[in-house]
Amino acid sequence: MADTLIPKELKYTSTHEWLKIEGDTAVMGITDFAQKELSDIVYLDLPEPGKILNQGDVLGTIEAVKAVSDFYTPISGTIIETNQELKTAPDLVNKEPYGKGWMVKIKVTNNSEVTNLLNAEAYEKITVAH
Amino acid sequence: MAKQTPFYSKHLEHNGRMVEFANHFLPVQFKGIIPEHQRVRSTVGVFDVSHMGRVEIRGKDAMMFTDYITTNDVLSLAEFQVQYSTFCVPDGGIVDDLLVYRMPDYILLVINGARHEEDMKWIMQNKRGDVQIVDRTSEIAQLAIQGPKTENVLQKICNIDLSKIGFYWTAEAKIAGIDMLISRTGYTGEDGFELYIENKYADKIWDAVFAAGKEYDIEPIGLGARDTLRLEMKYCLYGNDITLKTNPLEARLGFVVKLDKQNNFIGQDALKKVKADGLKRKLIGFEMMDNSIPRHDYDIICDGNKSGKVTSGTIGPSVHKGIGMAYVPTEFAATGTEIEIDIRNKPAKAKIVKTPFYQFGTRK
Repeated sequence: MADTLIPKELKYTSTHEWLKIEGDTAVMGITDFAQKELSDIVYLDLPEPGKILNQGDVLGTIEAVKAVSDFYTPISGTIIETNQELKTAPDLVNKEPYGKGWMVKIKVTNNSEVTNLLNAEAYEKITVAH
Repeated sequence: MAKQTPFYSKHLEHNGRMVEFANHFLPVQFKGIIPEHQRVRSTVGVFDVSHMGRVEIRGKDAMMFTDYITTNDVLSLAEFQVQYSTFCVPDGGIVDDLLVYRMPDYILLVINGARHEEDMKWIMQNKRGDVQIVDRTSEIAQLAIQGPKTENVLQKICNIDLSKIGFYWTAEAKIAGIDMLISRTGYTGEDGFELYIENKYADKIWDAVFAAGKEYDIEPIGLGARDTLRLEMKYCLYGNDITLKTNPLEARLGFVVKLDKQNNFIGQDALKKVKADGLKRKLIGFEMMDNSIPRHDYDIICDGNKSGKVTSGTIGPSVHKGIGMAYVPTEFAATGTEIEIDIRNKPAKAKIVKTPFYQFGTRK
Protein backbone atom coordinates (compact mmCIF):
# COMPACT_ATOMS: atom_id res chain seq x y z
CA MET A 1 0.00 0.00 0.00
CA ALA A 2 1.22 3.46 -0.86
CA ASP A 3 2.88 5.58 1.82
CA THR A 4 2.83 2.96 4.57
CA LEU A 5 5.30 3.78 7.34
CA ILE A 6 7.72 1.05 8.45
CA PRO A 7 10.35 2.60 10.77
CA LYS A 8 13.77 1.01 10.31
CA GLU A 9 14.58 0.78 14.04
CA LEU A 10 11.63 -1.46 14.97
CA LYS A 11 11.11 -5.23 14.80
CA TYR A 12 8.00 -6.75 13.22
CA THR A 13 5.83 -9.85 13.14
CA SER A 14 4.11 -11.41 10.15
CA THR A 15 0.83 -10.71 12.03
CA HIS A 16 1.50 -6.94 11.77
CA GLU A 17 2.70 -6.03 15.26
CA TRP A 18 5.77 -3.90 15.91
CA LEU A 19 8.17 -4.18 18.88
CA LYS A 20 10.70 -1.78 20.32
CA ILE A 21 13.17 -3.16 22.88
CA GLU A 22 14.59 -0.88 25.61
CA GLY A 23 16.83 -2.93 27.92
CA ASP A 24 14.69 -5.69 29.47
CA THR A 25 11.37 -4.07 28.59
CA ALA A 26 9.64 -3.83 25.25
CA VAL A 27 6.80 -1.76 23.83
CA MET A 28 4.46 -3.08 21.16
CA GLY A 29 1.67 -1.89 18.94
CA ILE A 30 0.25 -2.63 15.50
CA THR A 31 1.81 -1.38 12.30
CA ASP A 32 0.71 1.45 10.07
CA PHE A 33 -0.21 -1.16 7.48
CA ALA A 34 -2.44 -2.97 10.00
CA GLN A 35 -4.21 0.17 11.19
CA LYS A 36 -4.93 1.16 7.60
CA GLU A 37 -6.34 -2.26 6.84
CA LEU A 38 -8.57 -2.19 9.92
CA SER A 39 -9.43 1.53 9.71
CA ASP A 40 -11.75 3.28 12.21
CA ILE A 41 -10.62 1.56 15.43
CA VAL A 42 -13.31 2.04 18.09
CA TYR A 43 -12.38 -0.25 20.96
CA LEU A 44 -9.43 -2.22 22.30
CA ASP A 45 -9.50 -5.15 24.66
CA LEU A 46 -6.07 -4.97 26.31
CA PRO A 47 -4.52 -7.54 28.68
CA GLU A 48 -4.28 -7.08 32.48
CA PRO A 49 -0.86 -6.15 33.90
CA GLY A 50 0.83 -9.15 35.50
CA LYS A 51 -0.29 -11.55 32.84
CA ILE A 52 2.49 -13.83 31.55
CA LEU A 53 2.44 -14.70 27.86
CA ASN A 54 4.54 -16.60 25.34
CA GLN A 55 5.66 -15.22 22.02
CA GLY A 56 2.74 -15.50 19.57
CA ASP A 57 -0.02 -15.69 22.22
CA VAL A 58 -3.13 -13.56 21.82
CA LEU A 59 -2.57 -10.26 23.64
CA GLY A 60 -5.95 -8.73 23.02
CA THR A 61 -8.61 -7.71 20.54
CA ILE A 62 -9.04 -4.71 18.30
CA GLU A 63 -12.54 -3.70 17.28
CA ALA A 64 -12.87 -1.52 14.20
CA VAL A 65 -16.18 -0.43 12.72
CA LYS A 66 -15.98 -3.05 9.98
CA ALA A 67 -14.06 -5.90 11.60
CA VAL A 68 -12.64 -7.42 14.75
CA SER A 69 -9.11 -8.74 14.97
CA ASP A 70 -6.91 -10.36 17.61
CA PHE A 71 -3.35 -9.16 18.09
CA TYR A 72 -0.41 -11.17 19.35
CA THR A 73 2.60 -10.64 21.57
CA PRO A 74 5.81 -10.36 19.51
CA ILE A 75 7.87 -11.60 22.48
CA SER A 76 7.44 -13.67 25.68
CA GLY A 77 7.17 -11.83 28.98
CA THR A 78 5.03 -10.24 31.68
CA ILE A 79 2.59 -7.43 30.91
CA ILE A 80 3.69 -4.38 32.90
CA GLU A 81 1.54 -1.64 31.47
CA THR A 82 -1.12 -0.96 28.87
CA ASN A 83 -1.88 2.33 27.16
CA GLN A 84 -4.72 3.82 29.22
CA GLU A 85 -5.26 6.64 26.74
CA LEU A 86 -6.65 4.12 24.27
CA LYS A 87 -9.67 3.60 26.53
CA THR A 88 -11.01 7.02 25.61
CA ALA A 89 -9.13 7.55 22.35
CA PRO A 90 -8.76 4.22 20.53
CA ASP A 91 -8.31 6.13 17.27
CA LEU A 92 -4.79 7.05 18.45
CA VAL A 93 -3.86 3.67 16.97
CA ASN A 94 -5.03 4.96 13.58
CA LYS A 95 -3.42 8.36 13.99
CA GLU A 96 -0.05 7.41 15.50
CA PRO A 97 0.43 3.66 15.35
CA TYR A 98 4.12 3.93 16.34
CA GLY A 99 3.68 6.77 18.84
CA LYS A 100 0.71 7.61 21.05
CA GLY A 101 -1.04 4.54 19.70
CA TRP A 102 1.31 2.10 21.44
CA MET A 103 -0.57 -0.70 23.19
CA VAL A 104 1.36 -2.83 25.67
CA LYS A 105 4.65 -2.73 27.65
CA ILE A 106 6.19 -6.10 28.36
CA LYS A 107 8.98 -7.21 30.71
CA VAL A 108 10.91 -9.46 28.40
CA THR A 109 11.69 -13.02 29.52
CA ASN A 110 14.17 -13.92 26.86
CA ASN A 111 15.84 -11.28 24.67
CA SER A 112 17.10 -13.85 22.17
CA GLU A 113 13.53 -14.32 20.87
CA VAL A 114 14.06 -11.09 18.94
CA THR A 115 15.83 -13.18 16.31
CA ASN A 116 12.42 -14.69 15.45
CA LEU A 117 11.14 -11.24 14.44
CA LEU A 118 11.37 -9.48 11.08
CA ASN A 119 13.38 -6.39 10.31
CA ALA A 120 11.77 -3.48 8.46
CA GLU A 121 12.91 -4.71 5.07
CA ALA A 122 11.52 -8.22 5.54
CA TYR A 123 8.26 -6.86 6.92
CA GLU A 124 7.86 -4.51 3.99
CA LYS A 125 7.92 -7.51 1.65
CA ILE A 126 4.93 -8.96 3.49
CA THR A 127 2.94 -5.77 3.12
CA VAL A 128 3.74 -5.48 -0.58
CA ALA A 129 2.82 -9.11 -1.25
CA HIS A 130 -0.49 -8.48 0.47
CA MET B 1 -15.01 -10.72 -13.44
CA ALA B 2 -16.52 -7.83 -11.54
CA LYS B 3 -17.64 -4.79 -13.52
CA GLN B 4 -16.55 -1.20 -13.25
CA THR B 5 -19.33 1.33 -12.74
CA PRO B 6 -19.33 4.56 -14.81
CA PHE B 7 -17.83 6.30 -11.74
CA TYR B 8 -14.89 3.91 -11.36
CA SER B 9 -12.25 6.48 -12.32
CA LYS B 10 -13.79 8.99 -9.88
CA HIS B 11 -13.37 6.51 -7.03
CA LEU B 12 -9.70 6.08 -7.90
CA GLU B 13 -9.25 9.86 -8.12
CA HIS B 14 -10.61 10.12 -4.57
CA ASN B 15 -8.37 7.27 -3.36
CA GLY B 16 -11.27 4.92 -2.71
CA ARG B 17 -10.34 1.52 -1.32
CA MET B 18 -11.92 -0.69 -3.96
CA VAL B 19 -13.56 -4.03 -3.22
CA GLU B 20 -15.81 -6.40 -5.12
CA PHE B 21 -19.44 -6.08 -4.11
CA ALA B 22 -22.49 -7.38 -5.97
CA ASN B 23 -20.28 -8.19 -8.94
CA HIS B 24 -18.96 -4.61 -9.19
CA PHE B 25 -15.82 -2.81 -8.09
CA LEU B 26 -16.97 -0.32 -5.50
CA PRO B 27 -15.26 1.76 -2.82
CA VAL B 28 -15.62 0.38 0.71
CA GLN B 29 -14.26 3.65 2.07
CA PHE B 30 -12.37 6.81 1.20
CA LYS B 31 -11.19 8.74 4.28
CA GLY B 32 -12.74 6.34 6.79
CA ILE B 33 -16.12 4.95 7.71
CA ILE B 34 -16.68 7.23 10.70
CA PRO B 35 -15.87 10.56 9.00
CA GLU B 36 -17.91 9.50 5.97
CA HIS B 37 -20.85 8.52 8.16
CA GLN B 38 -20.68 11.88 9.97
CA ARG B 39 -20.45 13.73 6.64
CA VAL B 40 -23.83 12.31 5.58
CA ARG B 41 -25.46 12.96 8.97
CA SER B 42 -24.14 16.54 9.12
CA THR B 43 -24.07 17.91 5.54
CA VAL B 44 -23.94 15.85 2.34
CA GLY B 45 -22.24 12.82 0.80
CA VAL B 46 -22.34 11.02 -2.55
CA PHE B 47 -22.80 7.27 -3.04
CA ASP B 48 -22.26 5.43 -6.31
CA VAL B 49 -25.15 2.97 -6.32
CA SER B 50 -24.82 2.02 -9.97
CA HIS B 51 -24.55 -1.63 -8.93
CA MET B 52 -28.30 -1.59 -8.22
CA GLY B 53 -30.49 -3.09 -10.94
CA ARG B 54 -32.79 -0.79 -12.95
CA VAL B 55 -35.55 -2.61 -14.76
CA GLU B 56 -38.46 -1.11 -16.68
CA ILE B 57 -41.80 -2.82 -16.96
CA ARG B 58 -43.62 -1.55 -20.03
CA GLY B 59 -46.82 -2.46 -21.83
CA LYS B 60 -50.55 -2.23 -21.22
CA ASP B 61 -50.47 -4.52 -18.18
CA ALA B 62 -47.31 -3.08 -16.56
CA MET B 63 -49.09 -1.95 -13.40
CA MET B 64 -51.19 -5.08 -13.03
CA PHE B 65 -48.15 -7.28 -13.51
CA THR B 66 -46.04 -5.32 -11.01
CA ASP B 67 -48.91 -5.49 -8.57
CA TYR B 68 -48.92 -9.28 -9.00
CA ILE B 69 -45.19 -9.75 -8.34
CA THR B 70 -44.84 -7.29 -5.44
CA THR B 71 -46.43 -7.23 -2.00
CA ASN B 72 -47.26 -3.52 -1.79
CA ASP B 73 -50.24 -1.92 -3.55
CA VAL B 74 -49.03 -0.70 -6.94
CA LEU B 75 -52.50 0.31 -8.13
CA SER B 76 -52.69 2.92 -5.38
CA LEU B 77 -49.63 4.75 -6.72
CA ALA B 78 -50.06 8.14 -8.36
CA GLU B 79 -47.91 9.01 -11.35
CA PHE B 80 -44.39 9.93 -10.17
CA GLN B 81 -44.89 8.26 -6.81
CA VAL B 82 -42.32 5.78 -5.45
CA GLN B 83 -42.98 2.82 -3.20
CA TYR B 84 -40.84 0.46 -1.12
CA SER B 85 -41.84 -3.18 -1.64
CA THR B 86 -40.78 -6.81 -1.68
CA PHE B 87 -40.92 -9.72 -4.09
CA CYS B 88 -42.00 -12.93 -2.36
CA VAL B 89 -42.07 -16.54 -3.49
CA PRO B 90 -45.30 -18.52 -3.00
CA ASP B 91 -44.22 -19.67 0.49
CA GLY B 92 -43.75 -16.02 1.56
CA GLY B 93 -39.93 -16.00 1.53
CA ILE B 94 -38.37 -12.80 0.24
CA VAL B 95 -36.77 -12.83 -3.22
CA ASP B 96 -35.65 -9.21 -2.87
CA ASP B 97 -36.65 -5.79 -1.59
CA LEU B 98 -36.99 -2.99 -4.09
CA LEU B 99 -38.35 0.40 -5.06
CA VAL B 100 -41.25 0.69 -7.48
CA TYR B 101 -41.51 3.95 -9.47
CA ARG B 102 -44.77 4.70 -11.24
CA MET B 103 -43.93 6.73 -14.34
CA PRO B 104 -46.63 7.94 -16.74
CA ASP B 105 -45.89 5.25 -19.32
CA TYR B 106 -43.89 2.59 -17.52
CA ILE B 107 -42.92 1.18 -14.13
CA LEU B 108 -39.32 1.31 -12.95
CA LEU B 109 -38.07 -1.30 -10.50
CA VAL B 110 -34.85 -0.61 -8.61
CA ILE B 111 -33.52 -3.88 -7.23
CA ASN B 112 -30.46 -5.01 -5.29
CA GLY B 113 -27.27 -5.51 -7.28
CA ALA B 114 -26.50 -8.77 -5.53
CA ARG B 115 -29.95 -10.12 -6.50
CA HIS B 116 -30.05 -8.81 -10.05
CA GLU B 117 -29.71 -12.12 -11.84
CA GLU B 118 -32.06 -14.00 -9.52
CA ASP B 119 -34.65 -11.24 -9.71
CA MET B 120 -34.58 -11.17 -13.51
CA LYS B 121 -35.06 -14.93 -13.68
CA TRP B 122 -37.91 -14.70 -11.23
CA ILE B 123 -39.59 -11.78 -13.04
CA MET B 124 -39.36 -13.58 -16.39
CA GLN B 125 -40.72 -16.83 -14.91
CA ASN B 126 -43.77 -15.03 -13.60
CA LYS B 127 -44.32 -12.79 -16.60
CA ARG B 128 -47.93 -12.51 -17.67
CA GLY B 129 -50.19 -10.19 -19.66
CA ASP B 130 -49.06 -7.56 -22.14
CA VAL B 131 -45.71 -6.54 -20.65
CA GLN B 132 -42.18 -5.96 -21.84
CA ILE B 133 -39.30 -6.27 -19.40
CA VAL B 134 -36.41 -3.95 -20.24
CA ASP B 135 -33.23 -4.24 -18.18
CA ARG B 136 -31.62 -0.79 -18.33
CA THR B 137 -28.99 -1.46 -15.68
CA SER B 138 -25.96 -1.33 -17.95
CA GLU B 139 -27.08 1.89 -19.65
CA ILE B 140 -27.83 4.01 -16.60
CA ALA B 141 -25.66 5.11 -13.71
CA GLN B 142 -27.15 5.82 -10.29
CA LEU B 143 -25.94 8.31 -7.69
CA ALA B 144 -27.41 8.77 -4.23
CA ILE B 145 -26.78 12.25 -2.82
CA GLN B 146 -27.64 12.07 0.87
CA GLY B 147 -27.55 14.39 3.86
CA PRO B 148 -29.47 17.39 5.22
CA LYS B 149 -27.84 19.78 2.73
CA THR B 150 -28.68 17.73 -0.38
CA GLU B 151 -31.48 20.00 -1.55
CA ASN B 152 -29.29 23.12 -1.18
CA VAL B 153 -26.59 21.48 -3.28
CA LEU B 154 -28.78 20.10 -6.04
CA GLN B 155 -31.03 23.15 -6.29
CA LYS B 156 -28.06 25.15 -7.58
CA ILE B 157 -27.79 22.92 -10.65
CA CYS B 158 -31.38 21.75 -11.12
CA ASN B 159 -34.06 23.33 -13.34
CA ILE B 160 -37.08 22.46 -11.16
CA ASP B 161 -38.09 23.46 -7.64
CA LEU B 162 -36.85 20.54 -5.53
CA SER B 163 -38.80 21.63 -2.45
CA LYS B 164 -41.94 20.51 -4.34
CA ILE B 165 -40.74 16.89 -4.53
CA GLY B 166 -41.93 14.99 -1.48
CA PHE B 167 -40.27 12.02 0.20
CA TYR B 168 -40.76 8.98 -2.04
CA TRP B 169 -41.70 11.03 -5.12
CA THR B 170 -39.84 11.27 -8.40
CA ALA B 171 -39.55 13.77 -11.26
CA GLU B 172 -37.99 14.25 -14.67
CA ALA B 173 -35.56 17.11 -14.35
CA LYS B 174 -32.37 18.63 -15.73
CA ILE B 175 -29.28 18.54 -13.55
CA ALA B 176 -26.37 20.53 -14.98
CA GLY B 177 -28.39 20.71 -18.18
CA ILE B 178 -28.74 16.93 -18.53
CA ASP B 179 -32.18 15.24 -18.58
CA MET B 180 -32.61 12.57 -15.96
CA LEU B 181 -34.94 10.96 -13.47
CA ILE B 182 -34.48 12.08 -9.87
CA SER B 183 -36.26 10.86 -6.74
CA ARG B 184 -36.35 11.89 -3.11
CA THR B 185 -35.28 8.51 -1.79
CA GLY B 186 -32.35 6.95 0.03
CA TYR B 187 -30.97 4.42 2.48
CA THR B 188 -29.46 6.64 5.17
CA GLY B 189 -32.24 8.20 7.24
CA GLU B 190 -31.28 11.62 5.95
CA ASP B 191 -32.90 13.76 3.31
CA GLY B 192 -31.54 13.07 -0.14
CA PHE B 193 -32.06 12.36 -3.79
CA GLU B 194 -31.16 9.57 -6.16
CA LEU B 195 -30.18 10.44 -9.73
CA TYR B 196 -30.58 8.15 -12.75
CA ILE B 197 -28.06 9.26 -15.33
CA GLU B 198 -27.22 8.04 -18.81
CA ASN B 199 -23.74 6.49 -18.58
CA LYS B 200 -22.13 8.98 -20.93
CA TYR B 201 -22.98 11.88 -18.60
CA ALA B 202 -21.77 10.20 -15.43
CA ASP B 203 -18.48 12.13 -15.11
CA LYS B 204 -20.11 15.44 -15.96
CA ILE B 205 -22.81 15.01 -13.31
CA TRP B 206 -20.34 13.81 -10.68
CA ASP B 207 -18.21 16.93 -11.27
CA ALA B 208 -21.23 19.26 -11.24
CA VAL B 209 -22.53 17.78 -7.97
CA PHE B 210 -19.12 18.04 -6.29
CA ALA B 211 -18.66 21.63 -7.49
CA ALA B 212 -22.12 22.59 -6.18
CA GLY B 213 -21.48 20.78 -2.89
CA LYS B 214 -18.06 22.25 -2.21
CA GLU B 215 -19.36 24.84 0.27
CA TYR B 216 -20.90 21.98 2.31
CA ASP B 217 -17.71 19.90 2.22
CA ILE B 218 -19.34 17.27 0.02
CA GLU B 219 -17.44 13.95 0.03
CA PRO B 220 -17.73 10.57 -1.68
CA ILE B 221 -19.03 7.85 0.67
CA GLY B 222 -18.13 4.15 0.59
CA LEU B 223 -20.01 0.94 1.27
CA GLY B 224 -18.77 0.87 4.87
CA ALA B 225 -20.61 4.04 5.87
CA ARG B 226 -23.58 3.04 3.71
CA ASP B 227 -23.92 0.03 6.00
CA THR B 228 -23.57 1.92 9.32
CA LEU B 229 -26.01 4.61 8.15
CA ARG B 230 -28.70 2.13 7.11
CA LEU B 231 -28.19 0.00 10.19
CA GLU B 232 -28.69 2.96 12.53
CA MET B 233 -32.11 3.29 10.83
CA LYS B 234 -32.79 -0.47 11.06
CA TYR B 235 -33.20 -0.59 7.29
CA CYS B 236 -32.95 -4.18 6.09
CA LEU B 237 -30.06 -5.43 3.98
CA TYR B 238 -30.97 -8.27 1.64
CA GLY B 239 -28.85 -11.34 2.31
CA ASN B 240 -28.40 -10.36 5.98
CA ASP B 241 -31.72 -9.32 7.51
CA ILE B 242 -34.07 -10.62 4.84
CA THR B 243 -33.62 -13.71 2.67
CA LEU B 244 -35.66 -16.44 1.00
CA LYS B 245 -35.90 -18.00 4.49
CA THR B 246 -37.56 -14.97 6.07
CA ASN B 247 -40.94 -13.46 5.33
CA PRO B 248 -41.72 -9.73 5.29
CA LEU B 249 -44.12 -9.93 8.24
CA GLU B 250 -41.57 -11.32 10.68
CA ALA B 251 -39.04 -8.86 9.16
CA ARG B 252 -41.42 -6.10 10.39
CA LEU B 253 -42.06 -5.01 6.80
CA GLY B 254 -45.81 -5.48 7.15
CA PHE B 255 -46.27 -1.89 5.98
CA VAL B 256 -45.32 -3.00 2.46
CA VAL B 257 -47.50 -6.13 2.49
CA LYS B 258 -51.06 -5.27 1.47
CA LEU B 259 -52.76 -8.61 2.15
CA ASP B 260 -56.15 -7.29 1.12
CA LYS B 261 -55.23 -5.39 -2.02
CA GLN B 262 -57.53 -5.66 -5.01
CA ASN B 263 -55.40 -8.18 -6.92
CA ASN B 264 -53.85 -11.47 -5.96
CA PHE B 265 -50.07 -11.42 -5.59
CA ILE B 266 -47.43 -14.08 -5.30
CA GLY B 267 -47.02 -15.16 -1.70
CA GLN B 268 -50.40 -13.78 -0.62
CA ASP B 269 -51.91 -17.03 0.68
CA ALA B 270 -48.78 -17.97 2.61
CA LEU B 271 -48.50 -14.50 4.16
CA LYS B 272 -52.19 -14.49 5.11
CA LYS B 273 -51.58 -17.75 6.92
CA VAL B 274 -48.47 -16.38 8.64
CA LYS B 275 -50.56 -13.48 9.89
CA ALA B 276 -53.46 -15.69 10.99
CA ASP B 277 -51.16 -18.11 12.83
CA GLY B 278 -49.28 -15.31 14.57
CA LEU B 279 -45.57 -14.57 14.23
CA LYS B 280 -43.18 -17.08 15.79
CA ARG B 281 -40.24 -14.71 15.60
CA LYS B 282 -39.62 -11.06 14.89
CA LEU B 283 -36.75 -9.02 13.52
CA ILE B 284 -35.82 -6.75 16.40
CA GLY B 285 -33.22 -4.08 17.02
CA PHE B 286 -30.99 -4.44 20.07
CA GLU B 287 -28.25 -2.40 21.65
CA MET B 288 -25.34 -3.67 23.71
CA MET B 289 -25.31 -2.76 27.39
CA ASP B 290 -21.50 -2.76 27.52
CA ASN B 291 -18.99 -1.52 24.95
CA SER B 292 -18.86 -4.70 22.90
CA ILE B 293 -19.80 -4.77 19.23
CA PRO B 294 -22.16 -7.37 17.77
CA ARG B 295 -21.38 -8.69 14.31
CA HIS B 296 -23.20 -10.64 11.61
CA ASP B 297 -23.68 -14.33 12.54
CA TYR B 298 -22.92 -14.05 16.28
CA ASP B 299 -25.29 -16.24 18.32
CA ILE B 300 -28.26 -14.75 20.17
CA ILE B 301 -29.01 -16.22 23.58
CA CYS B 302 -32.54 -15.84 25.01
CA ASP B 303 -33.02 -17.13 28.55
CA GLY B 304 -29.93 -19.31 28.27
CA ASN B 305 -30.87 -20.86 24.93
CA LYS B 306 -29.30 -20.20 21.56
CA SER B 307 -32.21 -18.63 19.73
CA GLY B 308 -30.86 -17.24 16.50
CA LYS B 309 -28.11 -15.18 14.97
CA VAL B 310 -27.27 -11.52 14.66
CA THR B 311 -28.32 -10.66 11.10
CA SER B 312 -26.50 -7.29 11.07
CA GLY B 313 -24.33 -5.67 13.69
CA THR B 314 -21.97 -2.76 14.06
CA ILE B 315 -21.02 0.12 16.25
CA GLY B 316 -23.32 3.03 15.41
CA PRO B 317 -21.13 6.07 14.83
CA SER B 318 -24.04 8.43 15.64
CA VAL B 319 -25.48 6.44 18.55
CA HIS B 320 -22.06 5.51 19.99
CA LYS B 321 -23.14 1.98 20.86
CA GLY B 322 -22.95 -1.53 19.59
CA ILE B 323 -26.24 -2.12 17.76
CA GLY B 324 -27.69 -4.97 15.79
CA MET B 325 -30.65 -6.73 14.30
CA ALA B 326 -31.77 -10.30 14.91
CA TYR B 327 -34.77 -12.58 14.72
CA VAL B 328 -35.84 -13.55 18.23
CA PRO B 329 -38.78 -15.69 19.38
CA THR B 330 -41.84 -13.44 19.72
CA GLU B 331 -41.88 -13.75 23.52
CA PHE B 332 -38.49 -11.99 23.63
CA ALA B 333 -39.33 -9.29 21.07
CA ALA B 334 -40.80 -6.64 23.38
CA THR B 335 -38.86 -3.41 23.87
CA GLY B 336 -36.80 -3.57 27.04
CA THR B 337 -36.33 -7.35 27.02
CA GLU B 338 -32.79 -8.38 27.89
CA ILE B 339 -30.99 -10.95 25.77
CA GLU B 340 -27.37 -11.99 25.40
CA ILE B 341 -25.06 -11.99 22.41
CA ASP B 342 -22.26 -14.52 22.23
CA ILE B 343 -19.32 -12.23 21.48
CA ARG B 344 -16.50 -14.63 20.62
CA ASN B 345 -17.45 -17.08 23.39
CA LYS B 346 -18.24 -14.38 25.96
CA PRO B 347 -21.92 -13.69 26.60
CA ALA B 348 -22.60 -9.95 26.57
CA LYS B 349 -25.84 -8.32 27.66
CA ALA B 350 -28.06 -6.53 25.18
CA LYS B 351 -31.57 -5.19 25.27
CA ILE B 352 -34.32 -4.86 22.71
CA VAL B 353 -34.82 -1.18 21.88
CA LYS B 354 -37.17 0.98 19.87
CA THR B 355 -35.97 1.64 16.36
CA PRO B 356 -34.66 3.45 14.41
CA PHE B 357 -31.64 3.42 16.69
CA TYR B 358 -30.83 6.91 15.45
CA GLN B 359 -33.81 9.17 16.14
CA PHE B 360 -32.61 12.44 14.64
CA GLY B 361 -32.54 11.63 10.91
CA THR B 362 -33.95 14.28 8.57
CA ARG B 363 -36.01 11.56 6.82
CA LYS B 364 -37.18 8.33 8.34
